[in-house]
Amino acid sequence: MSILVDKLGALTLRLLREMGRMLTFLLYSIYMIARHPGKPVHVLRQVHFIGAKSFFVIFLTASFTGMVLGLQGYYTLAKFGSEGLLGSAVALSLIRELGPVLSALMVTGRAGSAITAEIGIKKITEQIDALEAMALDPFKYLVSPKIFGALIAVPLLCAIFDVVGIYGGYIVGVKLLGVNPGAYFHEMEKSVEWKDVYSGIVKSISFGLIIAWVCCYKGYYAGHGAEGVSRATTSAVVMASVVILIWDYFLTSVLL
Amino acid sequence: MIKLVNVEKSFNGQLVLDRLSLEVPEGKITAIIGPSGGGKSVLLKHMIGLVRPDRGQVLVDGEDITAMGKSRLNQVREKFGMLFQNAALFDSMTVFENVAFPLEEKTRLSPDEIRRQVHEALEHVGLREVDDKYPDELSGGMKKRVGLARAVLLNPRIILFDEPATGLDPIIRKAINRLIQETHDRFGFTAVIVTHEIPAIFELCHYVVMLLDGKVLFEGSPAEIMNSPDPRVQQFIRGDLEGPLHFI
Repeated sequence: MSILVDKLGALTLRLLREMGRMLTFLLYSIYMIARHPGKPVHVLRQVHFIGAKSFFVIFLTASFTGMVLGLQGYYTLAKFGSEGLLGSAVALSLIRELGPVLSALMVTGRAGSAITAEIGIKKITEQIDALEAMALDPFKYLVSPKIFGALIAVPLLCAIFDVVGIYGGYIVGVKLLGVNPGAYFHEMEKSVEWKDVYSGIVKSISFGLIIAWVCCYKGYYAGHGAEGVSRATTSAVVMASVVILIWDYFLTSVLL
Repeated sequence: MIKLVNVEKSFNGQLVLDRLSLEVPEGKITAIIGPSGGGKSVLLKHMIGLVRPDRGQVLVDGEDITAMGKSRLNQVREKFGMLFQNAALFDSMTVFENVAFPLEEKTRLSPDEIRRQVHEALEHVGLREVDDKYPDELSGGMKKRVGLARAVLLNPRIILFDEPATGLDPIIRKAINRLIQETHDRFGFTAVIVTHEIPAIFELCHYVVMLLDGKVLFEGSPAEIMNSPDPRVQQFIRGDLEGPLHFI
């Protein structure tokens, strides 16, 4: 029994220490962004890496998500004779929920894992130590530009996801299933309010922060060798995805 | 001047430095030798504040760097240059960008002046026409030379070398050691070299420190270590398998 209590206590302490270290990492990152946001060229490089290079995967995911929403929405609404509301159902689902969440999850898988691996490799090959030995803060070069870049890129990708998804729903609903095109867009225009768009923007900005924070943190504290980096990468993707989903619930309950 | 007082450091419960005290002579080349895994690189990282001790003090010019905040520590680090074991070149930058990096970040020199200084530093270490190569396109010896060029560029007062010649062929090893000697003669910095190059290092250094089990076993001149009566020191510098030290 006492062994079990010991183990539980040790686990709790380890968890608390890890959470404290993560929080300190986040606060210091925010401080560094405010003080040294990084050279514009470094931030732009991250916007390109996180944003532009994720375009294809976002486009593909958004198209099929919109198409599935079009299909499912049509058959559900048809039961109540409300096919005309398909546009607003697709748009509201995407703008308020699926756009921010799915685009964030795709960015986590594509760019987040690469961020962790990159920082982790720099850590194990002493490149981070080299920066510190030169009296330069590694956060300024490795962390701040990535967080700043994610804060810009993720909301833009989310917007692209929403638009592409809406047209995916349009193709299935209007072109394949015969919903009136005027009704599709007119109902959407009537039902989507600024509050919905605002909540999507807030969500995607906060998801961008979560992705960059968790992935940079995991890379920065990666274990030894290639195995340490691979473990950190896996753990970063899992943790960022879980935190995004949990945070989404809390944010939704506040923003609704 | 660097001074360590009763420094103690453990990793995962294993004691690596055990109340170690040491004074590094200023303006000289000091070699730190000892068995692998004996804490030599950890000691070197303590000197520049990359690792903090569990107990004890690390004094640089009389100031205890273990008690310093980040910004003050960075001011002290301005005095240092460091050549890492695997050179630690930034893998996403070319050779030119690697060497130019400290100048770009820490000075207000014009691009032309930076270019001139970088080329001068690269020529000093015998490298030409490698500006656009990336670190993974270089041999081990070339990486070390680029690392050396980067470490000396800002004219630091102290340079730390972590196994500068390990893993290189005998000729390149000799060339690296000669380069360190020439660079030291030219700039007159304090050098601390962690090395396994025994006895070659004794021709290069002025002072030798031997670590064993996280403590200083011997310190003195190269002539003194060669004549040390301690059988452990003699066994180690001769590389004898038989003796009081058991590594295998």
